[in-house]
Amino acid sequence: MTKLCALHEAVTRFISDGNLIYASGFTHLIPFAAGHEIIRQGFKDLVLARATPDLIYDQMVAAGCARKIIFSYMGNPGVGSLRRMRAAIEGGKLDWEEYSHFSMISRLQAGASGLPFMPMNPTGAQDLAEQNPNYRQLQDPYTGADVVVVPPLIPDVAIVHVQRADVNGNAHVWGILGEQRLAAFASQHVILTAEEIVDEAVIRSDPNRTLIPGMVVDAVCHVPFCAHPSYTQGYHDRDNEFYLAWDEISKTEESVQDYLDEWVYGISDRAAYWEKLGPKVHQRLQAGERLSEPVNYGDY
Amino acid sequence: MEAINYNQQELMVVNAARLLKDHDTVFVGVGIPNLACNLAMRTHAPNLQMIYEAGVIGAQPSRLPLSIGDPSLVTGSTSVCSMYDIFTLYLQRGNVDVGFLGGAQIDQFGNINATVIGDYQNPKVRLPGSGGSMEIAAWANRCYIITPHQKRRFPARVDFHTSIGFLTGGNARTSTGVRGGGPQAVVTNLGILKPDENGELVLAAIHPGVNFEDAQANTGWALKKSADCQPTSPPDREELRILREELDPGRIYI
Repeated sequence: MTKLCALHEAVTRFISDGNLIYASGFTHLIPFAAGHEIIRQGFKDLVLARATPDLIYDQMVAAGCARKIIFSYMGNPGVGSLRRMRAAIEGGKLDWEEYSHFSMISRLQAGASGLPFMPMNPTGAQDLAEQNPNYRQLQDPYTGADVVVVPPLIPDVAIVHVQRADVNGNAHVWGILGEQRLAAFASQHVILTAEEIVDEAVIRSDPNRTLIPGMVVDAVCHVPFCAHPSYTQGYHDRDNEFYLAWDEISKTEESVQDYLDEWVYGISDRAAYWEKLGPKVHQRLQAGERLSEPVNYGDY
Repeated sequence: MEAINYNQQELMVVNAARLLKDHDTVFVGVGIPNLACNLAMRTHAPNLQMIYEAGVIGAQPSRLPLSIGDPSLVTGSTSVCSMYDIFTLYLQRGNVDVGFLGGAQIDQFGNINATVIGDYQNPKVRLPGSGGSMEIAAWANRCYIITPHQKRRFPARVDFHTSIGFLTGGNARTSTGVRGGGPQAVVTNLGILKPDENGELVLAAIHPGVNFEDAQANTGWALKKSADCQPTSPPDREELRILREELDPGRIYI
């Protein structure tokens, strides 16, 4: 049965106020279009989890969608600070739960593997563990050494952007893999967005590249350029000019509101957003071509 | 001989690059550390291997990467893996020689604060947080820090231990059981600090034209000078040419 549907339908069907959402992608494949759709539909009190909240969560926090964030690095990558989120935290208006990258990802690994916790070697840095009771310490039953553990993270909904998928949600991903696979397996529901919807035969031609199997996917949405201003390897480049521009836009609530009015509320979907960006931006973000050598799976 | 002009960023990049060894596997960030690694590869360490916390191994970026997940890191790299794999198979397992760290505050024992100024629950200034640094500082064989030398960046004690150096000194670090050797050098625009046998950062080298008093005035504790404190050699023409013409012609970081 096809899981293909429009992104706005998937967001309406699978997301509710108060949900724990994981919009995945470590600087790569960040599903901005889904974030914008969540803002447009006016969801409230969400708990937003991401290793790097990036601009997508800065925008969702600024739009009033979030009650709390769960994160491990709160910055504008390569640029500086996430100003709206930082102001909300410093102003006491946003709850937060903080990890290191590794412990954040370990929580997803536990959730994705159906385990009660994940062990990690100690780092000697106690201050965060003192603030976050999810960090616990155990004794290794074999050696007696200290082991740090974190509990599973099981989001209500993961949103995962991929290069190509079939209508059942079997998805090929390449480039930086981040926590895509773990987020998909850890979550109760998965909304998959894809640059291309391809025939099942394309997926079957290269099964090693299928990081996310259809069995964990609830909805498949065809959303080209979903990740702008982040990027999709081989499809378009990172729009660093926008990351720099956001540093200015996010300086005041007013300019953020103007941005949201023009680029989120004033736009119906990602296709309209991409068209509005215009041919100069499209040109600037072209990825060029560097193909991999094909492999022979053998004709068995 | 004609004097060679260079700026403070170039001075720090060149001195950081000289700390790297051929065949080092380096867990690298964007900006100055990335430049230092690329400079080392083009001079004395052609077999240096760069890996990125985004899960890229053996990157050969054709342009200056602008973020830790730049697509140019992937194209032409030797391997790409998940974040969980990079932190376990590579870092936790002990396959990383060098980690670069940064932060708002570095203290007398090389502990780093990249989390908060003031109280954690009621932050005066909320900083980005750990990212990968908590584990890199603990598990890389050696760590290096590159930072401008300013008193506010070098307090005697950090407000928050985002990642550890030698904690309170002595055997405090080794007693935590972490596998890595901790910070081995802090490269600043004034000189190079290194830990003494007690884990305290002392002035181990000083850049040309800088006095000990300059370093002390910009350090928040009574700075000691190591017995063998030497002046650093200024950046040479070839190092500066590679930096300016090949690595950062747009002068984004230098």
